[in-house]
Amino acid sequence: MSEDARDGGPAAAPRGVPRAAPSEAQLAAIYQELILDHYRRPRNKGALADADATAARTNPLCGDEIALAVAFEGDVVRAARFTGRGCSISQASASMLTGALVGLTRPEAEALVRRFTALVHGDAEAAADASLGELRALQGVSRFPARIRCATLAWSALGEALQTLQARPAASGSSG
Amino acid sequence: MSTFVSPDLLPALPADAPRTAGSAAAADAPGALVARAEFPLLAADPTLRYLDSAATAQKPRAVLDALADYYARENANPHRGAYRLSVAATEAYAAARARVARFLGVGDADTLLFVRGTTEAMNLVAGSWGRAHVGAGDEVVVTAMDHHASFVTWQQLAIARGATFRICELTADGRIDLDHLAALVGPRTRVVAFPHVSNALGTVNPVREIAALVRERSAAIVVVDGAQGAPHLAVEFDRLAAAGVDFYACSGHKVGGPMGIGALVGRRALLEAMPPWQYGGDMISLVEDQRTTWNVLPHKFEAGTPNVADAVGLAAACDLLGALGLDRVLAHERALVGQAMARLAALDGVRVHGPSAERRSGVVSFSVEGVHPHDLATILDERGVCIRAGHHCAQPLMRRLGVSATARASFWVYSDPADVDALVDGVQAAQRLFDGG
Repeated sequence: MSEDARDGGPAAAPRGVPRAAPSEAQLAAIYQELILDHYRRPRNKGALADADATAARTNPLCGDEIALAVAFEGDVVRAARFTGRGCSISQASASMLTGALVGLTRPEAEALVRRFTALVHGDAEAAADASLGELRALQGVSRFPARIRCATLAWSALGEALQTLQARPAASGSSG
Repeated sequence: MSTFVSPDLLPALPADAPRTAGSAAAADAPGALVARAEFPLLAADPTLRYLDSAATAQKPRAVLDALADYYARENANPHRGAYRLSVAATEAYAAARARVARFLGVGDADTLLFVRGTTEAMNLVAGSWGRAHVGAGDEVVVTAMDHHASFVTWQQLAIARGATFRICELTADGRIDLDHLAALVGPRTRVVAFPHVSNALGTVNPVREIAALVRERSAAIVVVDGAQGAPHLAVEFDRLAAAGVDFYACSGHKVGGPMGIGALVGRRALLEAMPPWQYGGDMISLVEDQRTTWNVLPHKFEAGTPNVADAVGLAAACDLLGALGLDRVLAHERALVGQAMARLAALDGVRVHGPSAERRSGVVSFSVEGVHPHDLATILDERGVCIRAGHHCAQPLMRRLGVSATARASFWVYSDPADVDALVDGVQAAQRLFDGG
């Protein structure tokens, strides 16, 4: 569902010619300084000892990889870390994810996955949601359909990790 | 030559071209080999810099006209009806085969099979010859630069037949290591497959030398993936066959023809002995209740209603390229590739993969330190420059290069120095953006 919710953006270009003059504004929208900063100095990158849930994703288009590890304390995310390699969008998105996740309950984390996925697919309501915080910097990706999968790679891994966790008894919290 | 070649498509040699008013730099630069005006998609957007011709070529007007003309004037199911329109379609299809055969240097046009493309051609050879002749203990050899269309097809055949799958490594500058190949090929080798030209690096491989090497050491069939060869080099299949090549496959859409059509050329004796690989109409001779006999070549391998229109479109593209002269095409591409390689390599942090320009067709594959190929492609796209970013369906090669992906720019007859300028400018812009923090 990437073709909907284009409202609020610039007028859609005619099909087959998705480009007017080179749009520095759109480029600036996708490559915000915040994203480049997360790419250059990724947060929470590395292995996570005593993780409760892990999942990995590969983008078959480019071979980019993200492995995500989450540790819970009770029903609340205590820590999240990632490893992998890839483009600025996939790496910055993973870095931001690990920061946004800490302190959330499982249902809240699942809701955030849905909210973020809507955001990068151009959902106007998600774009206006201040509770998404710095994640909104990735909203510009919605105008680059070829790059949406880069942004969702880590989030797709998170969704899978949460599912594997739910399949197990709730007592799996590492220290709670 | 053919009536499908428009005289407009045969430009004067650059030296003869009249110089009109303009900047000295523009006047000195060689332009496109065939004017952008002859390619409707490029003509519609003068700012577009299309540098992904190795993925698919833009289509000349002559090809689009040939497609429309066929459907408007000759369309019917060939080989079927007794009525004149069906006969016209049959003749158009046969003529297309003859024209494509002439372009590829095939004297016996019935040994040229129309297929969907190189991928289908590889699957045909593996599925028919391979299943009949490769067994446990045999060996199948490909190279580390094979496209997945060849690599995966032969890998899976080897797995299915219990054969050993061997990979010939490359030299440091991205050429097939002939010493390693000589060591790999022996009496147990049943198949040796390699590309005429690497899609990821642009390396032009010495086909006849490799075929001779295989012939000296084994009775293996030699299968050449010509997807990146036919658009840039005179194939001259009969000469390749004399040196030991058994099959040559190529895709129509990379030579300016339509998508969905390609050619597989094979030695007649092999094709006649091979079992069919798809069954249906047209490929049969006689169907009895409990047995069927097969039609003659090429029909034995063309089950079902053939893709006449795209064959006619491909023939138009072949006529055009043949009249233009592939020596001129290659010289044009190498001039642009040489410029692009020199200017990219001069930038800090840019690594150009593969051999020197005189060993290439029109491909430049490169990495920019600190800028992922996908980011580079997005930034270039915003400047109207289309490049490929990814593994180029050559993941085994990417692993050997130590990267997960590269950026690739590729040139063809409509490319010009402005394309190189736009590429280099865009790479520098990406470096500024990513170094800026």
